[in-house]
Amino acid sequence: MKTKILIYIIFLFFAFSKYSFSNDLKLENKINKNLRCLICQGQSIYDSQSDFAESMKLVVKQKIESGMSEEEIYSFFKIQYGEWILYDPEFNTKNFALWLLPILVFLVGGIVILKKFGVSKKRL
Amino acid sequence: MKKRYYKYSIVSFLIFTFFIFYYGLKEKNFYTPEDISIKKFPNLILNDFYTNSKTSFDDILIGSNYYLINIWASWCLPCREEHTYLVQLKKNSPIKIIGINYKDKRDNALKFLDRYDNPYSVILNDNNGTASIEVGAYGVPESFILNAEKKIIKKIIGPIDKKKFNEIKKLINK
Repeated sequence: MKTKILIYIIFLFFAFSKYSFSNDLKLENKINKNLRCLICQGQSIYDSQSDFAESMKLVVKQKIESGMSEEEIYSFFKIQYGEWILYDPEFNTKNFALWLLPILVFLVGGIVILKKFGVSKKRL
Repeated sequence: MKKRYYKYSIVSFLIFTFFIFYYGLKEKNFYTPEDISIKKFPNLILNDFYTNSKTSFDDILIGSNYYLINIWASWCLPCREEHTYLVQLKKNSPIKIIGINYKDKRDNALKFLDRYDNPYSVILNDNNGTASIEVGAYGVPESFILNAEKKIIKKIIGPIDKKKFNEIKKLINK
């Protein structure tokens, strides 16, 4: 009985320690995928193996270990390198057209299609 | 008549594509957005290159009106070209030059300084490259020019050449 409990506890310990480990790694990978490698542009630092990206990955790891949240890490890199380093740009006065244009095109296109469709429906 | 028209259009299309690629591929596609915000240089604590004792930037950035922080490595070829300008700056200008030795082997770095002279007042170690990321650098070589309040007034990505050297001189002799 005692050994059974012991094995159970050991099993639980490993299960949970593994869980927390993989969670940290998941967060690290997620952040790495969202940061642009500024040397090999077009790649995230997760994909890249340049010196720059390798150092960035280390910094991200250190920041996570020191207890910084995902948002704090992004804002740190944003301050150091500018918003260009983030793969998920913010909505602001400089780029609002980029965000709104597709929606506008979609709506206008929808109206055009609807009008055409409405006409053909009447004909049917 | 129609055949001739086809011929001309194909040839002109080929010429058009040739020039598109000729100029398009020549252009440097390294994009760095202009950053006009003036930031304070972060106070990092790094190991000294010679004594290996922990040194903070607050202790070094004292006693001069301008500072140049230069990230270099002995394995980096452009660093050699830029080094002569740093030595000249050291001799002729009231600027304190601080080196960050980036991902380098100690022996090679010492040889490098022996051969090309040492313009640095202090050299700090950055063995894994993390310090360079913390200060917002892209790689080697890279230089920051700070004023007396430790604010970054100029950032030079890549080696210092004749043109940039003159820009620096203008900036500090203002």
